[in-house]
Amino acid sequence: MSEKLTKSDFESASYLSSETIDGDIATLNLGPTHPATHGIFQNILKVDGEKILEATQTVGYIHRAFEKIAERRPYNQITTLTDRLNYCSSPINNIGYHMTIEKLIGCEIPKRVQYMRVIIMELARIADHLVCNSVIGVDTGALTGFTYMFQQREKIYDMFEEVCGARLTTNLGRIGGFDHEFSPAFYSKLEDFLKEFPALFAEFDNLLTRNRIFMDRTINSGPISAERALEYSFSGPNLRAAGVDYDVRVMNPYSSYEDFDFIIPVGSNGDTYDRFQVRQEEIRQSLSIIRQALDKMPEGPCHADVPDFFLPPKQEVYENMEALIYHFKIVMGETPVPVGEVYHSVEGGNGELGFYLISDGGRSPYRLQFRRPCFIYYQAYPEMITGQTISDAVLTLSSMNVIAGELDA
Amino acid sequence: MDGGLLIEKLILVVALFSITLLIAMYSTYLERKVAAWFQDRIGPDRAGKWGILQPLADGTKMFFKEDFIPLNSDKWLFILGPGIAMFTALMTGSVITWGPNFEAFGRTIVLQVADVNVGILFIMGFVSIGVYGIMIGGWASNNKYSLFGAIRASSQMISYELAMGVSVITIVMMSGSLSLRDIVDAQHGMGWFVFKQPVAFLIFFVCALAECNRAPFDLAECESELIGGYHTEYGSMKLGFFLFAEYINMFISSAVIASLFFGGYNFPGMDAFSGNTLAIIGTLAFFAKIFFFIFVFMWIRWTLPRFRYDQLMHLGWKKMIPIALVNLLITAVVIAAYNGWFNK
Repeated sequence: MSEKLTKSDFESASYLSSETIDGDIATLNLGPTHPATHGIFQNILKVDGEKILEATQTVGYIHRAFEKIAERRPYNQITTLTDRLNYCSSPINNIGYHMTIEKLIGCEIPKRVQYMRVIIMELARIADHLVCNSVIGVDTGALTGFTYMFQQREKIYDMFEEVCGARLTTNLGRIGGFDHEFSPAFYSKLEDFLKEFPALFAEFDNLLTRNRIFMDRTINSGPISAERALEYSFSGPNLRAAGVDYDVRVMNPYSSYEDFDFIIPVGSNGDTYDRFQVRQEEIRQSLSIIRQALDKMPEGPCHADVPDFFLPPKQEVYENMEALIYHFKIVMGETPVPVGEVYHSVEGGNGELGFYLISDGGRSPYRLQFRRPCFIYYQAYPEMITGQTISDAVLTLSSMNVIAGELDA
Repeated sequence: MDGGLLIEKLILVVALFSITLLIAMYSTYLERKVAAWFQDRIGPDRAGKWGILQPLADGTKMFFKEDFIPLNSDKWLFILGPGIAMFTALMTGSVITWGPNFEAFGRTIVLQVADVNVGILFIMGFVSIGVYGIMIGGWASNNKYSLFGAIRASSQMISYELAMGVSVITIVMMSGSLSLRDIVDAQHGMGWFVFKQPVAFLIFFVCALAECNRAPFDLAECESELIGGYHTEYGSMKLGFFLFAEYINMFISSAVIASLFFGGYNFPGMDAFSGNTLAIIGTLAFFAKIFFFIFVFMWIRWTLPRFRYDQLMHLGWKKMIPIALVNLLITAVVIAAYNGWFNK
């Protein structure tokens, strides 16, 4: 096809042809590559001027068949897939998956490991909420708060780097605990963060929370009632913004969350402003949980006694036959797993992140399904933006924190 | 016709043209530095010392980019759009009084390209034509996002021009002239109109933000919703023209705000000077005011979120225009009472 295309070749595909802009109603493609859709989503909107009359959402642009890939992988290698779900808070996904396997093999987790996990998960939650809230700011046009909060998120990523060597796709921890203790550098970074962050966070809060333009923009933008939210089986901050105090950490405590004292903030309208506020308050609560966990941290090993899943120290592999056998089996992915069916969920960055696992005793799961909160939120998206303006549609998407990686798995 | 006058005006036009372009260029640099300062960043620092050559590098880049015209667009209008935007932006500088009269070569040089007796109307008129550049550019792109940007820009500019015009009328009533020179002269020393007409100033300032498409009224480009708004499809120097026109408009708006409300080249204690010293200090004072307002424009942009389209219209029609009208009425009554017209 070397002939030059002429204008008439494009006439039929004209954007502004009569059928697409017939009368007052135009069809507008919001996405898949649009700066407002953080990730690859397509929304086909029917608009009358600025007002959205009808919306159709499309999923699957970055579907990577994680659930199918998981059926071919040994259990300890599936963790890397979970990194890529909600990549803003990978450690929660990793640890949630580890806890699912622990539930399946029925192993006892030392208290210290649970507390260490709580610290990591709450840091990840702060990082996730920071991204979401600062991006709400960006989508309303206030870019400055975003740059402040991203510097703080970098500090959290530095801490993850201390723990596991990676920043974004962390693959953090192991089934049964952590591969090694937190380093002193991690603790000093954490101390610095806990000291500096609240003041900077308050500055960010001041920039937006009581800003008249911001309030006008976000209040009543993309609202959802508690009933509708429950019908869609919303969870996490988006459900709490609608006024339902459901939090997996309290309703179904895991990893010793029952030991900590924290508040579950709830909103009333389920609009963008409430979602923003719920996340802001959760960041403060997460900080308090981290402080409590640091204070109460018990002594003990940093991993459970699960030699089937936990690589022995290299020196022992050379000297000890048992260690060599375990090492070989783990590396070759031949760990024994009981037959069974488990569901475990954690409070992820943006909702209840569930792992439904069926094991037939083989080297890989028979079936592993992720309950991905973003997938659920995105179902409600057209309903939430119908009757609103295009600006609201953009804000609603970012305030629900729909992340393409988690949406499409 | 006086040959000296011709040369004088020619030099002034060329000087004004280059100063406007230079200031617009360095406003882009300043904007990035100011933004970086607000956001804990460094900003451009690679081209030259402190990145001082960054605007040149940007300009060069834009000239050497492929001059792309979408196949399905209206080619001539697509080119005309940025042309109009740039032309109108550059024209408005011609009636602004840049400083007190200057004595040189035995003649009095007026630091104003043209002392039009309806100077302020001239500016308002050209600003109104400026919207055609955006509208034509956005429409000719044949892209819905561009069209949205163009519609938003034109409706926003038309609505805010009304309030702007009404607030200017109060100034005209107080100075008794439409000529910018007379308006500036009426604010001798510290008799700036901002003290007498603070409401008109606020309205004018907000409208100036809207007219320049600056945050919080930058709905026309609104990168998070409309990608680039009216200039989504533009590239190379045509995009450069649009961006440049925006910065020139910002410069001119600052100059108009300084002239109408902050005394132009007047400064406190100006009676102690005379002749060329006064001219030089006056001109410097005027530019200091202009740069202050350019900075305020940037300050606002990097602090505030933007409005939604309906809120913008709401603010324009239901708040700004009524306030401006009431202000106009009060001003009229006060002027009439002051002049004793009610006693007749």
